Parts: sequence; C-alpha cells; structure tokens
Amino acid sequence: MSATTPSAEAPEFFVRSTHDHDDGHHHETGTMIGFWIYLMSDCLIFGSLFAVYAVLGNNYAAGPSPKDLFDIDMILVSTFMLLFSSITYGFAVLRMQMNDLKGTQLWLIITGLFGLGFLYLEVLEFTHLWHEGATPMASAFLSSFYTLVGTHGLHVTGGVIWLITLLIQLSLKGLTHENQRRVMCLSMFWHFLDLIWIGVFSFVYLTGVLL
Amino acid sequence: MSLAQTHQGPDYSHLDPIFGKLSWESLPFHEPILVVTFAAVAFGGLAVFALLTYFKLWGYLWNEWLISIDHKKIGIMYMVLGLIMFVRGFADALMMRGHQALAASGAEGFLPPHHYDQIFTAHGVIMIFFVAMPFVTGLMNFVMPLQIGARDVAFPFLNNFSFWMTVSGAVLVMLSLFVGEFSTAGWLAYPPFSGLDASPSVGVDYYIWALQLAGIGTTLSGINLIVTIVKMRAPGMNYMKMPVFTWTALCTNILIVVTFPILTATLALLTMDRYVGTHFFTSELGGSPMMYVNLIWIWGHPEVYILILPIFGVFSEVVATFCGKRLFGYTSMVYATAVIMILSYLVWLHHFFTMGAGADVNSFFGITTMVISIPTGAKLFNWLFTMYKGRIRYEPPMLWTVGFMLTFVIGGMTGVMLAVPPADYVLHNSLFLIAHFHNVIIGGVVFGVFAAIGYWFPKAFGFKLDAFWGKVSFWCWFVGFYLAFMPLYVLGLMGVTRRLSQFEDAAYSAYFVAALIGAVLIAAGIAAFFMQLYVSIKNREQLKDTTGDPWGGRTLEWSTSSPPPYYNFAFTPRVHEVDAWWHMKKVGYKRPTDGYEPIHMPHYTSTGIILAGILTVMGFGLIWHIWWLVVATFIVAIAYGIGHTFNYNRDYYVPADEVAEIEGKRTAQLAQES
Ligand code: HEM
Ligand SMILES: [Cu+2]
Repeated sequence: MSATTPSAEAPEFFVRSTHDHDDGHHHETGTMIGFWIYLMSDCLIFGSLFAVYAVLGNNYAAGPSPKDLFDIDMILVSTFMLLFSSITYGFAVLRMQMNDLKGTQLWLIITGLFGLGFLYLEVLEFTHLWHEGATPMASAFLSSFYTLVGTHGLHVTGGVIWLITLLIQLSLKGLTHENQRRVMCLSMFWHFLDLIWIGVFSFVYLTGVLL
Repeated sequence: MSLAQTHQGPDYSHLDPIFGKLSWESLPFHEPILVVTFAAVAFGGLAVFALLTYFKLWGYLWNEWLISIDHKKIGIMYMVLGLIMFVRGFADALMMRGHQALAASGAEGFLPPHHYDQIFTAHGVIMIFFVAMPFVTGLMNFVMPLQIGARDVAFPFLNNFSFWMTVSGAVLVMLSLFVGEFSTAGWLAYPPFSGLDASPSVGVDYYIWALQLAGIGTTLSGINLIVTIVKMRAPGMNYMKMPVFTWTALCTNILIVVTFPILTATLALLTMDRYVGTHFFTSELGGSPMMYVNLIWIWGHPEVYILILPIFGVFSEVVATFCGKRLFGYTSMVYATAVIMILSYLVWLHHFFTMGAGADVNSFFGITTMVISIPTGAKLFNWLFTMYKGRIRYEPPMLWTVGFMLTFVIGGMTGVMLAVPPADYVLHNSLFLIAHFHNVIIGGVVFGVFAAIGYWFPKAFGFKLDAFWGKVSFWCWFVGFYLAFMPLYVLGLMGVTRRLSQFEDAAYSAYFVAALIGAVLIAAGIAAFFMQLYVSIKNREQLKDTTGDPWGGRTLEWSTSSPPPYYNFAFTPRVHEVDAWWHMKKVGYKRPTDGYEPIHMPHYTSTGIILAGILTVMGFGLIWHIWWLVVATFIVAIAYGIGHTFNYNRDYYVPADEVAEIEGKRTAQLAQES
C-alpha cells in the first residue's frame, strides 16, 4: 500500500453500526471484573494482617497464649454457620437464575441470619476474652489476633448491611439487570469472606490450639 | 510508663466531649511564618472567591467541572491539583534550602528545629502523594481512554469520587498548616518515633488520615483504569497493539492495586497503636518497629515504580512522535515494563540494609535491585535507537526527554551504588541518598510530567503551549537541578546525614549555598512555566490547533478533534496496527461524515464530591478525637452512599442529531483548513 493512494481494499477503520457491538453488555462484565479486582486488593489487606500475625503471633509478652484462650468448639460452630451461609447464598443465586424472586429473597434472608449468628458468636468471644484481661493492649499476639479476626468481622458486618440494602432493592425493583448484577457481586464478596475465614480458622485457631 | 498503663491504652478521660483535642492553642499564632502564610492564603482565597462570584462562574465550575465524570475533565483536575500542591511542596523545599544554607554558614537559620522537621515531612508527603501521584493519575485518566478509542473509563462515577478522595487528603495536609501541626516523623512515619509516646500531638494523625483518604481514591482509580484497559479497547487492539503509554498505565495500575492495600493495612495498624494502644510497632509487649519498616517499604518501593512507569510511557510516545519514527523495540519495551513491574516487588529491603538481616538476605536484595537496571537499560537503548537516524524536532517535550535520558542515567548509577550493601552502610540516610532519589524523581517524573504537559496540552485545550517559554523553563530546571543536587552527593560522601537543621562544620557552607542557588534557578524554571501558560493563553489564536493532530502523532488520541468532543469518538475506531492513527493516515482513511448513531453516556453526579466532603470532615474528627463528629459523619456517609445505589437512572443517549451537529462543525473546519 502506498502512502498517497488509498487502496481499494483499505481496511475498515470505524465501527459504523452499534449492532455488532452491544454497549450494555460489556459494561456488565466490566463490573464483575472490577469487583473481582477489588476483592483481590482486599485479599491483600488480609494478607498483610496474616503476615503480621505470623510474625508477631508468638509474642505473648508473658500473657496468655492461644491454648489458654481459644474455645475451639464455639469457633467450630461459628465456622459452620459461615460455611452454611455460603451454601444458602448459592441457593439464592440458583433461584435467581430461575427468575424466582420470592425464592431468592428467602434464601438471602437465611444467609443474612447465618451471618448475624456468626457475628453474635464473635462478639460473645471478644467480650469473654476482654473480661479475662486478654485485651488487644495486652500483647502483640493479642493485638494481631483481634485485628485480624475483627477485620474479618467488620467485613461480615458490611456484608450484612449490603444484604439488607439489596433485599430492599429487590423488593422495590425485582430481578432487574442491575439487581442481578448486584446479587452476583455480593455473592462473590460473601464467598470471599468465607475463604478468608477458612484461613483464619486453620491458621489462627487450629494451629493455635494444636501447636 | 508502668505495665498496668501499657495494658490500658491511651487515656481519653481528659478529652473535651465537644471539641476533642481542639482548642485555641491549636492555632499557631506564635509562629510568625505561619501567620503571614495564613494571611496570604486567606487573602488569595478571598480574591479567588470574589472573582468567581463577580464573573458568576460558580455554576459553571460546579456543573462543568467539579461534578463532571468526563475522564478528560477529571484528568485535567488531577493536573491542576498536582500543580497547586507542587507550589506548596516547592515552597517547603526553598525554605529548607534557605535555612540549611544559613545554618551551614554559621548563622542560626530561620526555622526552629520542630518546625524544620514538619517541613521536610510535609515536603516529602506532598511531593509524593499530592504532586507526583495526581500528575501520573491525571495523565493516565486523560490520555489512556483516548488512546484505546474508548468514550470514558469503565466506572465514570467512581473516577470522580477517586479524584475527590485525593483532594480530601490534600485538604487535610494543607489544613495542618493552620490548625494544629503536621507530623515530624519523615515521609514514611517510622515507629517508634511515630508512636504515641514520642509523637503525642495530632501531627502523625494528620499524616495517617490524609494518606488513608487519598489511598482509597488511588486504589479505586487503579481498579477503574485496569478494567478500562482490559474491557474497553477498540476492536482490533489486542494487547500487543496497545500504545506503550497504555501498557505502562496498565502495569502501573496493577502495581497500585497490589500495593496500596498494604499501605492501607500498615497505616491502619499504626492507627491502632496510636488510638487503641495495641502493640504492633511499639517497643513493648512484643511489638516490632521493624515490622512496620518492612511493610511500608513493600508498598514503598513499588510506589516509586508506580510513579516512573507511566513516565517511561510518556517518553516513549514523545520520542516516537518527535523523531517521526516508529518506536524502536516495541515488544521489548512491553516486556521490560512488565519485568520491572514484577521485580519492583522483590527489592524492598534495599531501603534498610542496615537493619542487619545478615549477609545472605542483604545480598539477595542487593542483586535483585541491580537486576532492575537491565530492563531499564533496555528501555534507554530503545529510546536512543528510536532517535538514531530520526528526523528529530527539538520542541520542548523532546528537550525534556533528552534532559531526562542524561539525568536519569546518572541517578540510576548512583542507585546501583546504593544497592551494594557495604556501600549502603556508609551512605544510608545521608544526603547522598537524598541526591539519588531527587535525581531520579526530578530527572524522571518531573521532567516527564513537563514533557507530557507540553505534548498533550494542545489535545486538551485546542492550542499549543508557547515554545520559547517552554525552553526557558527547561533550561532553568535542567541547570538548576544539577546545581541543587550534585553538591548533595558530595555532602553525603563527606558524611552529612539527612533531615538536619543545624551544622557545626563550616566546610559544608559552599555546597549548601550552591544548592540554594540551584533551587532558586528551579524556582525560575517554575515561574517560566507559569509564564508559558500565561503567554500561551494570551496568544491562543496563533497557537491554535485546528487539525487535532498538531505534532504528526501516531496514536488514536490524535485522530479526534482538539479538544475532543465529550464523547471522544463519534465512531469507535477499528485498529489494525500498533500505531493505529499513523496507519490510518498512511493508507488514506476517510473520516465518516454521516450515519451517526445515538451515543450511550453517563450522567454527571455530585455524589462524589459530597461524599468525599463528608469523609474529609470525618477525617478531621478522627484527627482531633471529636468522636461525636466521627460517628455522625460516618453514619451520614454510609447512608448517603447507600442512597446513591438506589438511583438507577445513571445514563442517557446523546441523540444522533447532536452528534451530527458537533461533527458537522469539525467537518467544516477541516474543509476550510485544506
Ligand atoms: C523541586 C525541587 C526540590 C527541591 C529543591 C527539594 C529539596 C529537598 C530537601 C532540601 C529535602 C530534605 C533533605 C534532608 O532531609 O536534609 C528533601 C527531601 C525530600 N524530597 Fe525533595 N526537593 C525537590 C523536589 C522533590 C520532588 C519532586 C519530590 C517527589 C516527587 C521530592 C521528594 C522528597 C522526599 C520524599 C524527601 C524526604 C523527606 C523526608 O526526609 O522524609 N522532592 N527535598
Ligand atoms: Cu526501593
């Protein structure tokens, strides 16, 4: 091709019609990817807290150690609450895909209740420890313990608030495009918190009482 | 402090329930320098306020700029923020230079030590977080969507919010000048000095909350720009056809997303130590200050690459355009960028070899650091080979580029010297280090930002910048930089440590005076830049760019008008080669003049600025321990944010007629031109 004469078979340089290229669609997947990247960045916050716990978690400063503090049975109960809530969230998404608004809402409510139950147990655990004198100010181990577990708890609290908001939006607008996308985003968030908790459970509680 | 006390955390019983730590003593009436500064700022602010009111510009400012979610306007606002903060940061630098020149020559200098410490801290914080970061983010915001043929970023509202969060941090730092004081703990606030025992005032709290608020904005904008690049490239633009600047933007934003959360976490832990009384970084009850130093540099080293990578992208675009040649070694440029991105995560310990981690650890980090110079060197050769046999036009952007290539090589070599652990034991924390990083950051980032402003200004505003004043500015900066910082290398080798406000030895005097003269020359360079803006605006008719492509550009941003219409492209471009626009010109593309279709665009919204405003007030409450204010603003912010999600009406279609009208004007103008 020479520089001056436009060749007959000069390629097409513009998208002349939007029919072959649906605007709304790519936006949708954009949100999911964006949210997923956000979760990865959040994961790094937890990663930092885990790293801090790994380094400082043995510094008891002559105070209590995990063995003295953790009530593994109760933690197991709350762990299962969170695991179940992930399953029930899965049911909500299945219902949504069948376009069943009532079913979606019902399973979301059950999920939220499990979340609240988990939070209740966590508050119970923290107040108990606090009264024993095992406060976050007592040692670097306790500082990092409360911060790691508490940050996860704050995320769950945020998740519950989001869930309530979403339930209101579902009852106002039904299973619209946007609302479905929001259900999927919260779904990712919820499962993500579950994964983090599995990390907390094995790395903080299990190793804490076993080692 | 007794054990019982350390167990209890800070004592809040004496806090005023309404005003927290705030009182009349918080206002610095006893500091003449600050009183005068305040008077000047208040006067200037009043003048601006009066002018805006007199010319009835408030509505225009609010409706067209502050609540705009157009990536171009947001990009420009980032640049304006960077410029304003640059003036502040540079004023700090001049004060330090002036004071040290006096103090090293037998006088006392005009800054008391406590004030001096706040100044170097504020200077570092402002220059990195509120000058360099906004510049780089602003450039990516403005240029990248145009380069990939997109109409906006992936999440336009989030983009506006991110910008205002950055402003929010800047506002808090500025506020610390007049209400309370700023941190004295250096730009990274190492504990235990930044802990409550050594720094009980609000200075460190200003630092923490300013960075946290701005950091949220940076992380969100990083996510936003990644998704934009991944999802919104024009059809045909696969990854190996992306412009180099867009590539560097991608790598930078990935770095932002994988490192800023670590900064957030680290500062949050420091906050816990200060507000709750935990023991992460204290020297008591098992805390470890070195843990902080590790964490902050795991963020900090990638941060310097966050700043320089997009600038490498700028130089790549400028070199190719002003040499009229395709960039030499496109593929190697892309790989070099990616390798630097990865390696930047593996070198953090070179900032504290003196921690004494042992010979093996230090050698590992010394070697990884030196390895980075290989891809960086490759880039340099690529630029040189692009210039080789090119038809070079020494417009100001090209001058900055050549100035960069010379200066950055020197800075890079002193960096390799610092990467040798035994040498670093001598040079650590000395003025040699200060000279090194200013060498790369001014020679790299600052020169690059000026190159970028000269290069893309006509695209943003429709007229070129005056070349004469651009050259004056360049030469003042270039000579001024060497005069200001080469003496610091010598001083460092003589053993002068950083952050000193008093000197015993008269032997340093000449060097500090030379450095002061250099800084004054830089001030002249900055003045020349503002003169350039002024002269260009005055002569905007002669400097007008009617073609949209004033330099003979190669990438898609030059295919649309200057300034681009708010929807950027009437028709989304299709890409076939790396230099898409060059290819279009080469094979004689035809600009379509009919068949317009409605364009899908988002609505402007004031949610971003209002939400960021509320969070700024919350930050103020946190700094001053005004708990009721914190709770109130927190609840309002959450409610407001949730309220925003109930708004489903976020976008609209620009009617085809409107597009036809705008494009019709351009068609007429282009016809008149030829
Ligand atoms: C424009 C001319 C500039 C001058 C004359 C200047 C001057 C100085 C001086 C005198 C110091 C204190 C050195 C000491 O500790 O003794 C300093 C520190 C510093 N500067 Fe600059 N600077 C300039 C630009 C910049 C820029 C553009 C950046 C970054 C984008 C920057 C970042 C820093 C940082 C991070 C510190 C360390 C602060 C600390 O000790 O915590 N400077 N600069
Ligand atoms: Cu580094």
